[in-house]
Amino acid sequence: MSAKRLGFRLLQMLIVLIGISILTFLLTYLSPGDPVRNMYLAQGVMPDEEQVAIQREEMGLNDPFLVQYGRWLTNCLKGDFGKSYSMNKPVVTLLLARLWPTLKLALMSMILMLVISVPLGVLSAVYKDKPIDYIVRAVTFFGVSVPNFWVGLMLILIFCVQLKLLPVVSSGGSFKDLILPAVTLAIAMSAKYTRQVRTAVLEELSSDYVVGARARGVKEGKILWGNVFPNSLLPLITMLGISVGSLLGGTSVVEVIFSYPGLGNLAVSAITSYDYYLIQGYVLWVSIIYMVINLIVDISYNYVDPRMRLRR
Amino acid sequence: MKKKNILLRYPSFTIFAVLAVLVILVSVFAPVICGDRSPTAGNLAEAIEKPSAEHLFGTDKMGRDVFARVIYGSRASLSSTFILVAVIFVIGTVLGVVSGYFGGAVDAIIMRIADMMMAFPGLVLAIAVAGILGASTRNAIIAIAIVSWPKYARLARSLVMKIRHMDFVAAATVTGSKTPYMLLRYMLPNTITTLVITAATDIGGMMMELAALSFLGFGAQPPTPEWGSMLNEGRNFMQSAPWMMIFPGLAIFVTVVIFNMLGDGLRDILDPRTE
Repeated sequence: MSAKRLGFRLLQMLIVLIGISILTFLLTYLSPGDPVRNMYLAQGVMPDEEQVAIQREEMGLNDPFLVQYGRWLTNCLKGDFGKSYSMNKPVVTLLLARLWPTLKLALMSMILMLVISVPLGVLSAVYKDKPIDYIVRAVTFFGVSVPNFWVGLMLILIFCVQLKLLPVVSSGGSFKDLILPAVTLAIAMSAKYTRQVRTAVLEELSSDYVVGARARGVKEGKILWGNVFPNSLLPLITMLGISVGSLLGGTSVVEVIFSYPGLGNLAVSAITSYDYYLIQGYVLWVSIIYMVINLIVDISYNYVDPRMRLRR
Repeated sequence: MKKKNILLRYPSFTIFAVLAVLVILVSVFAPVICGDRSPTAGNLAEAIEKPSAEHLFGTDKMGRDVFARVIYGSRASLSSTFILVAVIFVIGTVLGVVSGYFGGAVDAIIMRIADMMMAFPGLVLAIAVAGILGASTRNAIIAIAIVSWPKYARLARSLVMKIRHMDFVAAATVTGSKTPYMLLRYMLPNTITTLVITAATDIGGMMMELAALSFLGFGAQPPTPEWGSMLNEGRNFMQSAPWMMIFPGLAIFVTVVIFNMLGDGLRDILDPRTE
């Protein structure tokens, strides 16, 4: 990616970012409940009308939309995402504390997913229409049809309740606590990704240069790992970037099941207690993380595909 | 030798179409199947009983029959999934076709909005929307629809753009075809097959997303029987009553498998290009 293209990409990102911030702000601006009333209710106080009116004025909730949005955005840029009223702490502090556990979980399940799906996908492509391909296809088919939260619950039932091998609640954040949530996330994603690896490798396997290499007597293994696999990396990296999106959403469900102290779990409890600032902060942060990851994916093309470097 | 009967030519599609119809019939005739076992009225004296001849899937904490709840639960899951898929199909197709046909400012506005929606990780925004609008089946449908329509809009747009500048379109315009006629007669038919395939293959996934939202408590509210929320209730009784979460989960799984296979089968029939 040339500097010019990178600049263009960053500009595009900035526009989308502004859009995201407007949308995030709109989420709570348009919410049917009165935030002040909900705030009092969340604290267990029944507010009277006068109190609500004073508080509304104080928080600037009577100002026009653009004024409110502008104020909110400048505060966000300064790193001030407001104060969570259900936990009585700044949103930034709360989010920062939960950020690393979620990233750790996402990373771990990503690695697991790659370890499972790349060999299986390649195997299934190489032995297309052989028994092993049928088995892999059947397993992945069932894998994409099973809800990940149910997988998580069944894993708890088997490993924690019946076999008593692992803790039921993964709140400690140690490696042992990470295993089941990561496996749960990896199972659902691996099924999808194995199919994509299979398709990508199959496509490469049917290209002319493979026929040519075979005709010249190049060994199958060398063709597969020296040519076919590197060539199929490009679509696979793109899909990896996309699957991060579903991963970031999926973690919230899995975090709730395992009581894992991550961002998703925090967001779900924020929603049940109408903690608008916390929800705003969460949505904004996660979408920024997602965008950054996709940018990294774009930049990585440079290193994977030499053609990208030549293109202006 | 080519078999004339389309049902015999695609056995996999036929089998799963029959199964899908069966699932729908089960939800329609739930009262007949369950007889006097009510999905909502429980007998506390019979709470948390193991599966038996009388209670095939056991009972839950309120003494309600889990079998009846699973059977009745198909109503909520199926109807909300079909409504959701229909909503995103219509919104996505209309916006995509309009965007691709008119181009210019209309296209730019619709597509930038779509870009922004796609910049959010799907379920994250859906959870936030569902949570802020309040927990109900309707709001869960709205939440997922908001994040899912751009996929259809982009697809429809790209299909329209492909034929937009073909000669027959120009000919139709020159001979005085009005815009609504152009859209309905030429643009829509060209997109519909691909979009129907996409919608059919999406049914299973959408069902799981709705179940995930209900599982988190942002979808159907108790005492309505719904598979996702049943799993959530069953979670607390994992040790004493595992059947409370095994059967609703199996129900989701089986239904999603059937609709995924049906979608794949439909794709094979309508789109012979894929293997």
